[in-house]
This record gives sequence, C-alpha cells and structure tokens, in this order.
Amino acid sequence: MSLEISQAIVDAILEQSRAEYPDECCGVVLGPVGSDKALRLKPMVNSAHSPTFYEFDPKDLLALYREVDDNDEEIVVIYHSHTETEAYPSRTDIAYAGEPGAHYVLVSTRKEIAPATEFRSYRIIDGVVTEEPVVITG
Amino acid sequence: MTIEVRIPTILRPYTKDQKAVSAEGPTLSAVITNLDSNYAGLGERLLENGALRRFINVYINDEDVRFLGGLEAPIKDGDSITILPAVAGG
Repeated sequence: MSLEISQAIVDAILEQSRAEYPDECCGVVLGPVGSDKALRLKPMVNSAHSPTFYEFDPKDLLALYREVDDNDEEIVVIYHSHTETEAYPSRTDIAYAGEPGAHYVLVSTRKEIAPATEFRSYRIIDGVVTEEPVVITG
Repeated sequence: MTIEVRIPTILRPYTKDQKAVSAEGPTLSAVITNLDSNYAGLGERLLENGALRRFINVYINDEDVRFLGGLEAPIKDGDSITILPAVAGG
C-alpha cells in the first residue's frame, strides 16, 4: 500500500499550508471511483481557523460529497497541515478519522525544519495508524 | 412515512454495506430509534448522552439538522437524510 501523487499537487498543498500559516490548512484530492488515483486537488476552508484544529464546514462537506457522487469520483486523499508539530496524526486526528478508504496526508511546516517540509501519508482505520510510502510522480 | 437515509462508508458495517436504507418516524429522533431497531448499534454511533455526536453531521435534504431543531427536527414524506462523519482533527 502506498500513495502515488504528482509533484504539482504536493507543491500546491505545501504552498497552501504556507499561505494559511499559522492556521492549519486542509483539503482533499479526488480521483475516479475505485481508482485510488489522487488526481484532482480541492482545497477546503478550515472552518475552525485554528493553528491546532481543522474542520471542513458542514455545508461544504455535504457539497463535496454531492460533487464527488455526481462526478463518479471518490475522496482519495484527506490532507491537513500541522504548523508546529511533526506530520504525524494527532490523537484527535485518529479519533475523528471517518474515511477508512482514504489516504490521510499530513504536512508539517514547523519552524525547526524550515525551509524543509514534511509530506507523509497514513491509513487510519479503527484507531490504528499505518504509515505508507509516498511515491511522487512527475 | 418512509424516507431514505444515506449511510457513510464508516457506518456501512451496521447496514450490511448498504449505501442507503429506509427508515421512518415523524422526527429525526424517531428515525434514529427506528434505524437502531433495524441496524443494531447504529444509534450509538450517532448519539452520545441523548444528543447528536459533535463530529457526526446529519442533513435533512440540504440542510444541517443543527439549524432545523436537531433531534426534534420534523421529517416529512419524501425527505432524504444524509449522515456524514465530520472531516476534522487537530
């Protein structure tokens, strides 16, 4: 199990995380149903506007699921940034992870590693976190 | 009256993998009681201490039930309920 994702999408997610710093940023990457291909980036608003929490606005969430259904897509990646800590799922990330089929991507823009960043992917199923390799394509 | 309830992936183990199920009741609370009687355990995934769980979103048609009276929200013939886990974390 691994996540394949393009350099352009990785760059866009990192750019979004810098732009929304110090708040956490969030979003999804969509792909055709059953494909497990992360093709279409869709940044979402962090309705919590917080450096320690993120949440998709409930209205945006419903619109997202309707759009995904209408386009025969699925949510392949759910991502958010950690602004001061490692790109590893927090206790709340694990508690609220509600999409067993998704790759949960964490990016970190914490100062200690700047200008480097972290981009890591996990499965979170029934409270169990499994890190997986990220394969970056051209 | 019978209405359709759309079930998110994470709760489909309770509905034998069905994406949508039928339920009935005059209010959201009654619909959840009805769901739980047919799909044991589902109610507990939606409610905590008698209230909707904070990180479960329930919509009647296109509206978040928090703006429709929560568990007391009235259900009409032809309504469609969608349940979605919040996408949230820290």
